Amino acid sequence: MMNNIKRLGGVGAAVGFSIIAFTAAAQENGVTDDTIKIGLVQPFSGPASAYSQIAYTNEAYFKMINDNGGVCGRQIELITYDDGYSPPKTVEQTRKLVESDGVFLIFNGLGTPTNSAIHKYMNAKQVPQLFVATGASKFGDPENFPWTMGWQPNYIAEGKIYARYILENHPDSKIGILYQNDDYGKDYINGLRAGFGEKADSMIVMEQPYEVADPTVDSQIINLKASGADVFLNIATPKFAAQAIKKAAEISWDAVHIVNSVSNSVGSVLKPAGFENAVGLISANYGKDPQDPQWEGDAGLKKWSDFMDKYYPDGDKTSSFTVYGYGVTQTLEYVLKSSCDNLTREGVMKAAASIKDFETDTALPGIKINTSETDFYPIEQMQLMKFNGERWELFGGVIDGSSATN
Amino acid sequence: METFIQQVLAGIATGGIYACMALAVVMIYQAIHHLNFAQGEMAMFSTFIAWQLLQWGVPYWLAFGLTIVISLIGGFVLERTVFKPIENAPVLSHIVVFIALFAIFNSLAGFIWDFTIKPFPSPFGNAALFGEGLIGAHQAGMIVITLVVLLLLFAFFRYTRIGLAMRAAAANPESARLVGIRVGTMTGLGWGMAAAVGSVAGILIAPMVFLEPNMMLSILLYGFAGAVLGGLTSPGGAVLGGFTVGVVENLAGTYIPVVGAELKLPIALFLIVAVLVFKPSGLFGHRVVQRV
Amino acid sequence: MSPATISSLIVLAALVLCPFFLSGFTVFQLNLMLIYAIAIMGLNLLTGFNGQFSLGHGAFYAIGAYTAAILMDQYEISYVWTLPVAGVICFVSGFLFGLPALRLEGVYLALATFALAVATPQMLKLSLFEHWTGGVQGIVILKPDAPFGLPLSQDQWLYFFTLAVGLLLYWAARNLVSSRSGRAMMAIRDNPLAARSMGVNVALYKSLAFGVSALYTGMAGALGAIVIQFVAPDSFTFVLSVALLVGLVVGGVGWLPGAIIGGAFIVFVPNIAEEISKGLSGAMYGVMLILLIYVMPTGAGGLIRTVTDRLKRR
Repeated sequence: MMNNIKRLGGVGAAVGFSIIAFTAAAQENGVTDDTIKIGLVQPFSGPASAYSQIAYTNEAYFKMINDNGGVCGRQIELITYDDGYSPPKTVEQTRKLVESDGVFLIFNGLGTPTNSAIHKYMNAKQVPQLFVATGASKFGDPENFPWTMGWQPNYIAEGKIYARYILENHPDSKIGILYQNDDYGKDYINGLRAGFGEKADSMIVMEQPYEVADPTVDSQIINLKASGADVFLNIATPKFAAQAIKKAAEISWDAVHIVNSVSNSVGSVLKPAGFENAVGLISANYGKDPQDPQWEGDAGLKKWSDFMDKYYPDGDKTSSFTVYGYGVTQTLEYVLKSSCDNLTREGVMKAAASIKDFETDTALPGIKINTSETDFYPIEQMQLMKFNGERWELFGGVIDGSSATN
Repeated sequence: METFIQQVLAGIATGGIYACMALAVVMIYQAIHHLNFAQGEMAMFSTFIAWQLLQWGVPYWLAFGLTIVISLIGGFVLERTVFKPIENAPVLSHIVVFIALFAIFNSLAGFIWDFTIKPFPSPFGNAALFGEGLIGAHQAGMIVITLVVLLLLFAFFRYTRIGLAMRAAAANPESARLVGIRVGTMTGLGWGMAAAVGSVAGILIAPMVFLEPNMMLSILLYGFAGAVLGGLTSPGGAVLGGFTVGVVENLAGTYIPVVGAELKLPIALFLIVAVLVFKPSGLFGHRVVQRV
Repeated sequence: MSPATISSLIVLAALVLCPFFLSGFTVFQLNLMLIYAIAIMGLNLLTGFNGQFSLGHGAFYAIGAYTAAILMDQYEISYVWTLPVAGVICFVSGFLFGLPALRLEGVYLALATFALAVATPQMLKLSLFEHWTGGVQGIVILKPDAPFGLPLSQDQWLYFFTLAVGLLLYWAARNLVSSRSGRAMMAIRDNPLAARSMGVNVALYKSLAFGVSALYTGMAGALGAIVIQFVAPDSFTFVLSVALLVGLVVGGVGWLPGAIIGGAFIVFVPNIAEEISKGLSGAMYGVMLILLIYVMPTGAGGLIRTVTDRLKRR
């Protein structure tokens, strides 16, 4: 009798312990039988709050995923915090997500200084810092930081693409650059200089920085025109890019005007600047511009449009941020779905590092996402386009910036 | 030489923005002898209201007028409700409330109208005057309106009884009360007028810098700088100060080698501080004599 | 023992014991609270006890932080020694800034210090100094481990280190305030003309006050750099200066222990505001701040003083 009770007790204890162990192990990394916890830290306030559209789009997309049954049979629980674009706050909120909320991974953190602040921490803790929202090339370094990966084409690659275009079409030109005085602007300049090689110093006649705190960039544009430059590289965020386009036209500066991919949205940049001022503008892109009538009826963009109408009706359909948010979250969805049989942090990083020819709904045709154990730059292709007064006209075919990066 | 002229003119153009803002700053200083850090955000909020009216199809000048009236009333109500309970609190507590208002207006604007930039129409058009874009029609119009507002304010404070009462209430509240001036109402009115001037500033500035919740922050700072440079007791000086800051900033950015472009704002500010050290009440302000 | 002493001992006990019961992340947050408290103490010495406004203390915080970061990153100096060096450098900078500030009063001084706060990130980004400051990329530093193999986590060790430094600085501040120099400082705050006619060297004391105040805030900055492990120009915008001022007023101007309450406000209230409403977190923060000022117009210090006065009168 006593033996039976003891045996029952033993079995009971064993079952009890294994349940605890099982749930403990399953809870440990933010994954349970029913949920996957994902953390997102972005600026909802402060100087970079314009980018919060991306976070809201991401949130809406996760809601759509959950409505369609989730991934790997689990619902996604998204926890978002605001860091106000302040690195100390990013550190605090990220630690909260990882240590207090116990998330599985951190997704789409925005900004270079903010991601730099948590770079070492994430890799030390071995938590994926996946698809960071910045083009800084330092985040594609699998050898030293195997847990961090970017998503969009890095700024250096894009700079090289522009450099190549200029060398091919305007080899004897003088170049003036307007750039935002932070890592984003400086990274582009590094790419441009790398692309020009030894000719960099002779071709670039003036670099004019501006601060986010500057009300206008009119003074800088005047200086750039006065330098005699006949090619103008506009490395600015939307508000300042628009001001630059407007001012350049106002002072009749007749230069080949190239604007970077962050600020080529028809609705958010070209319209305020004035379409007539933007004729002849050149840029590069990797996603479809929803304002471009050539995509009317495009299946992928229609999915995005329906998504916006249903899940994020307040969102700005003319802004490239909502297109971006859709694309990057769709990529995460794909990666998660590829790691269902190994739903651990290493499993997800492995899946992220083995994407082959994945096309998002919003990518330009021919632009595919590829990663490998040595290639942590998911998107490296772009296509050049010219503005004809109404819309962007793509030309030249898809260019690969990957040969560019180091 | 051509660059010099262009930079000076561009400086006058942006200086017009600062002058506008400086006027609003001085306006409120006259009323409450404090600097209101939320001034910029209030101006921004008023501009958004104007934008919303325009979106609803209200014609430009009607929207302009309506916004001024709304801002006037709004400023008055704000002062009477928010600041009444802490009338006797120390200065620093007031400053903290300004900071709180800053946060509230900024956040509210972003919530209602989101953070993407919006183009704002100009009643003067975007054409260039005198060809070759030396100075745009809008910039010229803005400067004219600023000067008109300046003259109106000057006349108000100099020649009307209410203006006199307001100055008295700010300079010496106790004595003013003794002669029958309702200090609280005067302060509220001062806020209302400052909000109204701020809204004019915002509506004039938005076409140049594009409307978004964060547009006023640095402009407020430059406005402060201009106001201080010209003298907080002198509206005319403030306007002149605003223009000066714009021109100096541009010239510093263009002609000071290596660091000029990167340090435009700090250089402008440094100059202000230097002026203050030698002439503490600003270039055109009058010295405040302290009785022992 | 007076009620004040008892309550201080309770608070002290709580501060010493809590890291053992709380998660690493909460200890990290409390550590930040202590750091901001030290910074606010510095600001209090200048504004509360000497009557000089400063809207630019973020600049001194930044100088301290970068000093620590550069020493640790480029010269491999132990984190412990970075504190006194940061303190000295900030004292000198504060003193030097205090000299021209002598001519500025009230609102003009506020503006000049505000200008300093706004200029700080630009100066840090300057390409001229990029070699040392790392420019816009900033500097990453390593977190130290507990020494002598003590069984403490990094978070706990740094917390105790900060607590020890904080208590030392608090004790020093108390002594300063109740000394002759302290009385001179307060005399200058209350009536500079009377102070001068009593023989107080107003210029010297005002500049020294600036220096000491900068020293405190600078050391807080150095601690901040070590705890966050990262410095970048974007970490030190004018938002920081404004936050310090708000913390000062909430804690109580002229009441040293209020610094802890101010520090807690800076660290925790924005998070509470965010939890209430993500889209309107700024507005919530503003509303909470205004309500707090209504309830205690002179800060926590003022409230406690009113309450204790009323209790004494019973």
